[in-house]
Amino acid sequence: MSRLVRIGDILLVLLAILACWQLVYLAAGDVAMAAPAPTLAYAFELLASPRFWPHIGETMQAFALALVFSVLLGLGFGLWMGSHRLSSEVGEPILVALYSLPKITLYPVILMIFGLGMSAKVAFGAIHGFIPIAIFAMNALLNIRPVLLKAGKTMNLSPQQIVTTIMLPATLPEITSGIRIGFSLTLLGVVIGEMFASKRGLGYVIVHAIEFADTQTMLAVTVILFTFAALSNALLLRLDNTLHRRP
Amino acid sequence: MSTAAWLRLALMAGLFLLLEIFCRIGAIDSRVMIPPSEMVVSLVSLLQTRQLAVDMLQTFGAIAIALLFAVAAGFAAGLVIHALPRLRRALDPFLATYYAVPLFIFYPVLIAFFGISVLPIIIMGFAFAVVSVIMSTLNGLDHVPRVLRKVARVHRLSPFSTVTRLIIPSVAPHLFTGVKLAVAYCFIGVIASEFIASSTGIGHAIAYAYSDFNNRTMYGLILLIVTVVITINMTLHHYEGKISRRMARRPAK
Repeated sequence: MSRLVRIGDILLVLLAILACWQLVYLAAGDVAMAAPAPTLAYAFELLASPRFWPHIGETMQAFALALVFSVLLGLGFGLWMGSHRLSSEVGEPILVALYSLPKITLYPVILMIFGLGMSAKVAFGAIHGFIPIAIFAMNALLNIRPVLLKAGKTMNLSPQQIVTTIMLPATLPEITSGIRIGFSLTLLGVVIGEMFASKRGLGYVIVHAIEFADTQTMLAVTVILFTFAALSNALLLRLDNTLHRRP
Repeated sequence: MSTAAWLRLALMAGLFLLLEIFCRIGAIDSRVMIPPSEMVVSLVSLLQTRQLAVDMLQTFGAIAIALLFAVAAGFAAGLVIHALPRLRRALDPFLATYYAVPLFIFYPVLIAFFGISVLPIIIMGFAFAVVSVIMSTLNGLDHVPRVLRKVARVHRLSPFSTVTRLIIPSVAPHLFTGVKLAVAYCFIGVIASEFIASSTGIGHAIAYAYSDFNNRTMYGLILLIVTVVITINMTLHHYEGKISRRMARRPAK
């Protein structure tokens, strides 16, 4: 029952957001905004249209590649810094500073190095995503309870067994949290990349719609992206919570 | 300074030097990147121009205003949401998803609404920052020892003095972390908005220099942003460490 109440409450919040949208639309008029109902209808229309799918495919391809790079780079740096205390002391402030940098200012640099197109988008996604993954992985390794490692030693575990039976289970929840945040930021990076340096993909469709003052398309694509981001985040959050709640 | 700090300095200096050498011998094309020393020279000469003073005033002013509103509104909203558990449970999935959404896609809507001015830029900075303040306030309120609330009731404190005398001091360390994030988010929101569409500000100046193939100006400005952000971040990081050490020294609740 309480679960039903909670879902009901969440739906109420969603309704409140839609109501605000409708109010903004009524205040702003057709030029600046599109109303929620036609926009949602149009979003479904886009999803049904075969001309739209190549854009989704392009964005997903760039996103998948960027995510692979984010995770590999993030885990690489994170595990290295987590297993070597001096490296972590040297590197952590640098990573944190990079994290807070508005990476869009680096966009021209990325474009000059990678040129327009797929590789620039992937690079832009990866530089957004890898830092939180690295920070979380590093902290996960640094914060393993020493008693666990000692227990492993007393039981004469081989280094390989220590990794598989102690380190991996102890760090997995935190690493998952990092990947969840990295996932979102990688998507953000790829979409921003497409907005500036691409002729295909969802980011490009948005920018194109802005240029033609086509608010309906712009908002419809925004809703599609939002839904994708929200749903995948909810799934990862669930996984995250399950892992954190394990004994 | 500790060994780690020295090593960090050496590492940065080494990277700087390596980049300098690569640029000088032509391993990195001068159309791609100019040597770091020239970035510094360019920044110094830019700092003497009036235009940059105007841009800096606009950008840092927008960041300051956005930050102020984000901290005030975020803290107030955090207090309200924490007082209403049912609302909080309903909002939780939205708060957790907030930063997963590429917020920039809403910037054009704001422009259509307010026109190209500093207002949509401030709103973007605010929108980026406010949720991190809300989340850190909630997190801090979750950690207020129950005994403090009892003390407030025993002494019959008014809700206002409960908040100012007990809640704020005990939430402060958590809030500080939120504010630190909010500063970073304000920078990202404001500068990125200026970069995307604006007629003033440092972000706009970078975008303009880029489309103008003016590498010297562009790298000078990028260096400015990087330096300012890193300095602010390091300062806040330092204070955060101090606060958490002070909290750790305090007797357990």
